[in-house]
Amino acid sequence: MSDTGGASTGTASTPIAIQLTDIVKRFPGVVANDGVNLTVRQGSVHAIVGENGAGKSTLMKTLYGAHQPNEGTITVKGENRVFSSPKDAIADGIGMVFQAFMLAANLTVWENIVLGQEPGTKLSLNANEARTRIRDLGERYGLQVDPDALISDLGVGEKQRVEILKVLYRGAEILILDEPTAVLVPQEVDALFASLRELTEQGATIIFISHKLDEVLKHADAITVIRQGKTVGEVPDPSTVTSHELAEMMVGSELPTPETRESTVTDQAVLELSGLTVGAADPGGRDPVRNVSFTVHRGEIVGIAGVEGNGQSELVRSLVGLLPSTGTVLVDGRDIAQLSTRERRDAGIGYISEDRQKDGLVLGFTLWENAALGHQHRRPFAKGPWFDLGGTKDRAEVIIDEFDVRTPSINVPAFTLSGGNQQKLVVGREMTAEPKVLVAAHPTRGVDVGAQSVIWDILRDARAAGLGTVLVSADLEELIGLSDRLLVMLRGEIVAEVDPSTVTPAELGSYMTGATTGVH
Amino acid sequence: MSATMDATVAKTERPPLISSQRWRLVALVMVGVAVMSTARIISDNSDLTSSGTFGVALRTAVPIGLAGLSGLIAERSGTINIGLDGMMVMGTIFAGWWGWEYGPWMALLGGIIGGMMGGLVMSVATTTFGVNHIVAGVAINLIAPGIARFMASELFVGVQGGSVTSSPGNSGSMGSFTMPFLSGGELFGWQTPDIFGWFEDTGWFMIADAAGFMKGMTTDITWDVMLAVGLFFGMAYFLWHTPLGLRLRFSGERPSAADSLGVSVHKMRYLGMAISGGLAGMGGAVLVLFANRYQENQVAGRGFLGLATMIFGNWMPAGTAAGAGLFGYASGITLRTNPEDLVNALFLAAAIGLAVTAMYMAYRRSASGAGTVLVFSLLAFWAYFAVKEPNNQLVFVTPYVVTLIAVTVGAQRLRPPAEEGIPWFKGMQ
Amino acid sequence: MFERIWRAAIAPLVAAAAAILISSIALLISGNNPVDAFVEMWKTIDSTAAVIDIINTAVPLYISGIAVAIGFKMNLFNIGSNGQYILAALVAGWAGAEVSLPPVLHVLFVFAVAMTVGGSWALIAAVLNVTRNVNVVVATIMLNYIAVGLSAFLLSEYFRDSENGGLVAQTKVMPESARIPPLDPIFEFFGFDFGERVDLLGFLPVAIALGVAYYVLLNRSLFGYELKLSGMNADAAQSAGVNPKRMVLITLFMSGAVAGMIGLPFLLADSDFYKYGDAFPVTLGFTGLGIALLGRNSPVGVAAAAIVWATIEVATRRLGSLGIPPEIGKILQGSFLLAAVIAYEVVRRRNDAAAAEAAAAATREERTPPPTPEAAPIGATS
Repeated sequence: MSDTGGASTGTASTPIAIQLTDIVKRFPGVVANDGVNLTVRQGSVHAIVGENGAGKSTLMKTLYGAHQPNEGTITVKGENRVFSSPKDAIADGIGMVFQAFMLAANLTVWENIVLGQEPGTKLSLNANEARTRIRDLGERYGLQVDPDALISDLGVGEKQRVEILKVLYRGAEILILDEPTAVLVPQEVDALFASLRELTEQGATIIFISHKLDEVLKHADAITVIRQGKTVGEVPDPSTVTSHELAEMMVGSELPTPETRESTVTDQAVLELSGLTVGAADPGGRDPVRNVSFTVHRGEIVGIAGVEGNGQSELVRSLVGLLPSTGTVLVDGRDIAQLSTRERRDAGIGYISEDRQKDGLVLGFTLWENAALGHQHRRPFAKGPWFDLGGTKDRAEVIIDEFDVRTPSINVPAFTLSGGNQQKLVVGREMTAEPKVLVAAHPTRGVDVGAQSVIWDILRDARAAGLGTVLVSADLEELIGLSDRLLVMLRGEIVAEVDPSTVTPAELGSYMTGATTGVH
Repeated sequence: MSATMDATVAKTERPPLISSQRWRLVALVMVGVAVMSTARIISDNSDLTSSGTFGVALRTAVPIGLAGLSGLIAERSGTINIGLDGMMVMGTIFAGWWGWEYGPWMALLGGIIGGMMGGLVMSVATTTFGVNHIVAGVAINLIAPGIARFMASELFVGVQGGSVTSSPGNSGSMGSFTMPFLSGGELFGWQTPDIFGWFEDTGWFMIADAAGFMKGMTTDITWDVMLAVGLFFGMAYFLWHTPLGLRLRFSGERPSAADSLGVSVHKMRYLGMAISGGLAGMGGAVLVLFANRYQENQVAGRGFLGLATMIFGNWMPAGTAAGAGLFGYASGITLRTNPEDLVNALFLAAAIGLAVTAMYMAYRRSASGAGTVLVFSLLAFWAYFAVKEPNNQLVFVTPYVVTLIAVTVGAQRLRPPAEEGIPWFKGMQ
Repeated sequence: MFERIWRAAIAPLVAAAAAILISSIALLISGNNPVDAFVEMWKTIDSTAAVIDIINTAVPLYISGIAVAIGFKMNLFNIGSNGQYILAALVAGWAGAEVSLPPVLHVLFVFAVAMTVGGSWALIAAVLNVTRNVNVVVATIMLNYIAVGLSAFLLSEYFRDSENGGLVAQTKVMPESARIPPLDPIFEFFGFDFGERVDLLGFLPVAIALGVAYYVLLNRSLFGYELKLSGMNADAAQSAGVNPKRMVLITLFMSGAVAGMIGLPFLLADSDFYKYGDAFPVTLGFTGLGIALLGRNSPVGVAAAAIVWATIEVATRRLGSLGIPPEIGKILQGSFLLAAVIAYEVVRRRNDAAAAEAAAAATREERTPPPTPEAAPIGATS
C-alpha cells in the first residue's frame, strides 16, 4: 500500500541491516516467492505478515541459507551475500528460530545449543565451558534455562528460550523467528517480546513472522506484508495502520471470523465424561490427564483451552481410544470407556486429529483411499470382508464436491494437495460419516484463510444440526469465537470454565498459565 | 480386544527395589554370580564358571560385540543397519584372503576394509538415494555371501588346503597376553604367581566363580580381542566426548536440527556407516583369526545376534557389551569339551536366574513380564531335569534361544535414536 | 498405456544394465571374458527344456517371495521365512508319509500341516512382538536358527525313515496319493511335447492361484486395505481403528503359512524328492526376501522377479565348463537386486515430484476464494 510507504522518523536514519531484492524461489509446481522485497533496519523489530502459504517461511529460509533463491539478491549491512548453507548465514551473524522446534528431545539443552560450534578441541568436547557460556548468556538476556536438562522435560516456553539461546550462542545479531507466538499464551507473548526488546537495545535486529495482526501492531517497529509470494505492502510505522487495513493487504479482503451466531445448545447430553484419567507413560511420571469431567450437549461446541503440553492432546487421544484411560465416557448414554477406537467410531465419534499429516491422512494414498480412512469397515466402503472400490470412489467424489476440496481428481495422492485442501478432505470425511460427537484438535492449523473460513462454516453448520463438538485449539480467537463454553486445562486438570462471550484472549491466557484460578 | 496399550502396564508399577542406579548394577552382578555359583554347585559342573569357559566366552563374545557396536554407531547416526551381517561376511572373506597372503594383522585390516566397503555401498543406497534401510540391509545380506563365494572360488580353489568354502589358512598367528601376578603371566621370562587360578581351584561359593571369570578375562588374550575391547571404550568416548560424536548422534536424533546448524547429515551418516561397516568387518576378521581360516557361513547370523545385543543394551555401549558377554557365553559353551553337560548346567542357571527375575518382576507388579519369565523359567527347569543329554543339534541353538529370551525378558522401555531409519534429505523438517 | 509400461520397466532395465556391468567388471578382474560368459549363458537357456527348468525353479521362489511380501506390505519384516519353511517341510513331509488318505484329501492334508507349522512358527515372533515388544526382525531371525537346529534334531531323533537303514537322514517317501502329477500330459494334449527328460511340475497352478489370491487380498479386501494402510502410516492406521497388534498377529501368521508352502513343490510334485532329506534346498527363504524386494511386493512383479532369478540360476549352471565360476550368477543376482532397489526409489521420488507438480498445475488457476462477506474484522471478539 503506497500511502503507508512514506518514511517515518527515527527508523529511516538508522542503517539497513538486511535488504532482500526481487527474491524468486520456485519449488516443483509452485512459485513460493515471486519477486519479494524486504528492507530491515538495524536494531528494529520487523514483522513479516501474510496468511498461511503466502511464502513467509520460504523467504526466511532463503535469508538463512537453508535453500538458495532462483533469482534475487541478499544484502547484509550493505554487502552482497550468497549463502550456500546456514553455516554462511551464521557466519554473517544471522540466526533463525524455526516454527517447528529444531531440538533433539533426547539430548540435553547444552548439547542442543553447542551443536556445530562445540567448545573444546576436535578430540575433546568441553562440556563445562558449554554450561558456563550458556548460563552467562541466559543471565545477560534474561533467558535462564538449566543446561543439563533434557529437552523432552521442557515446556514450550523453555524450548523457545533454548532456541533463542542457540542463536545467541552463535553470536547472531540478526534473529529470524518463524511464528514464535503460535503456541504461546498472551502473557508469554509479552514476555517474549520484552526479551526481544532487550536484545534490540543491545544492538540486535529481529525479524519475526506472524499472522496475528494485533500482536504485530503492538510489538513491531515495521511491517512487511506478503501475499501469494509477492510483497504487497511495506509499513515503516505501524501506528499509521489498523489491523483492518493490514488484513486487507494480507488476503485482499477482510479476515474471516470464527464467531458463532445464535446459540443452538440443547439440554440433551451427547457426551458425558466423568473422572477421566490418563495414566503416565513412564512409571513415576505425572498423569497427563487427571480426573476430567464435563458434558457436551447436542448443538454445543465445548472448547478446551490450554498451553500445549497440559493434557489436551492426551485427552483427545483417549476420547478416541488411542490412549488407555480410566473413568467413564458416555456417548448418548452408552459407556464407551472400554471400547476400541473402531468401536468408538461406530458409536458415533468423529475425529479430526491434531496433525493431519501424521495420522489424519495417508499422504501416499489417493484421495479416494483416504476417503475411507477410519470408516473403511462400514458402508459404502466395505461389503462384508470386501473393500468396495465403487462405493468408496463415489463417496470420495461427494466429499470433494460438498467440502470444496480443490483437486484435479480423486485419483491423485494426498500429498499433492495443499494443507487447506488436505484438511477440508479430513473434515469432510468425518462429517460425511454423520457423527454424534466430533473430537476436533486444531482443525484449522496451518491452513489458508479460505479453507479456514470453509472449515469454520462446516463446524457451525454441524453444530446447528445438533452435533456435539469437543474443540481443542491453540488459536485463542478460534476457541473464543466458536465455543459455547470454554474449559481451561492446566497440568492435566480442568481448572476453570469461562464464558466465551465475555472473556478476552488475555484473560483466557492468564487462566491457561495458572496466573488466575478458580472462577467457574 | 480393547484399545488398552502398553502404558497401562506402567501405571501400576512399583519403583525399583534399589533406587541408586550404581548400586542396582552392583546388586545385579552379585545376584548373577550367586545364581551361576548355585547352578555350578548343584549341577556339579565346575566348567560352568571355569576360567577356560569364560576365556572362550570372551573370544566368542567379541565378534558379537563388534557387530553390536557396529549396529550401535550406525543407528546413532540414523541408519538402521540390518546389513551388518553381510558386512561381517565381507569381513570374513577379506580377512581369509589377506590372512592367507599376508598374515594375521593384515587379516584384521582386510576384514575392516571389506566390511567398510559393504557399509559404504549400503550408505549410497540409504543416505544418497533414500532407500528403505531394512530393504537395503536385506539386499546387502543377500549379496555379501554371493560376493564371498565368487571371491573364494577365484582365490582359494586349486590352492593347497583351499576350496570354495574355505581359505587355505592364515599364515602365522597373532600372539596373546596373560596378566602377570593375577593370572600367572610371564614377566621377562619369569613365571609369576597365578592368584585368580588359586581362588578358582578352591571351589568356594561365589569367590571361585568370580575368580574364574577374572582369570578367563586375563589369560591368553589375543591382541585382536584386546583391540576390540578397547574399541568399546574408544567408541563410547567418540560418541559422547567429541564434537564429531555429538554431530553424529544428532543425525540420528534430529537430522533437521543438525542441518539447520550447518552440520552435514549425509556426511555424518556416511561416516556412521563407514565405521559401522568397519566394525562389522572386524568382527568377521576376528572369527577368521579364531578359526585360523575363512570358512563359508562362518558368520552364522552373528550380525543379527549383534543387533539383538544392541537392542538388549538399549543402544548404549555398556549394555551392548553386557549383551555380547551373555550371548558370547552361550555360544562359547557350545565349543567346550562337553557342551551337552554344560548346556544342561546352563539350563539350571537359566531356570534359577529367570525365577529370581520373575519374582522381582512380580514385586514390580509387571504381570505380563513376570508371567512370561516364569514360563521360561519353568521350561528351563523342565529341560534341566528331562534332557540329561542334550542333542548336539539342540546345543547349536543355545545362543539363539538365549538371545531371544534375553530380548524378551529385557528392558521394555527402550529408547532408540528418535529419527533412525528415516531417509533424510535437505529441506525436510 | 505404452507410457505406463515404460515407467514400470525403466527402473528394472537400468538395474539390469548396472548388474551386467558390475558382473562384467568382476569377471574381467578375475581374468575371464565377460562376452564368453554371457554368450554361454544365453546358449544355456535357449531351449524348451531350459525354459521348463526355469519355470520349475521359479515356482518355489515365487511362493517364497509372496510369503515375505505379505509382511513387507505393512513394513513387517519376516526375515525368518527360511526357518518357517524348513520346519514346515520337515513336519509336513513326515506327517504326509505317515497317514494314508484318498488322493486329493492327502495333498490338502499336507498343505494344512505345512501351513499350520509355518504360520505357528512365525506366530511366535508375532506374540513376542505384541506382548513383549520384541523387534520382529530379531525375533524371526533367531527363530530361524532355532528352527534349523530343531529340524535337524527332529529329523535325526524322530522323523527319520528307519527303513533305509537309518544311514541317510530323510523322511519316508510320500505315497502316491500325496503327489501332484506333472503338467506335461495337459500340454501333450494340445500338441506340445517337452520330451522325455523334463517335466513341468504340477505345482505351477498352485503358485498361480496363490498369486491371484494375494492380488485379491491386497486390492479387493478390507484386510488388504488395512494392511497397506498399516504399512504406509501406522499412526493413521491406529487412528482409523485398526488394531495394530491384531494386524501383526494375523499378518505374520499368514506370511508364515505361505512360507510353509515353499518346500511343498519338492515334497509333493518333484520326483527327485517326494521327501525331506539332506539334499532338500535350505536357503529358499532368504532368496525369497530378494525376490520380494525385486518384485516390489506386487503379485505380478514378484512373479517377474522369480523368473529373472531362476533364469540367472539356470543360465549359469554350465559356466564351469568354460572355467568361469558359476558363482558369477550370485554377483549378477545381487548387483541386480541392489541396483533395482535404488532405481525403484529414484523413480518413485521422480514420479512423486511429477505428480505434485501436475496436481499443483491443475489447481493453480482456481485458488481458494476470499472469505465470506459477512465476516467481521479481526479483533471483533476481543
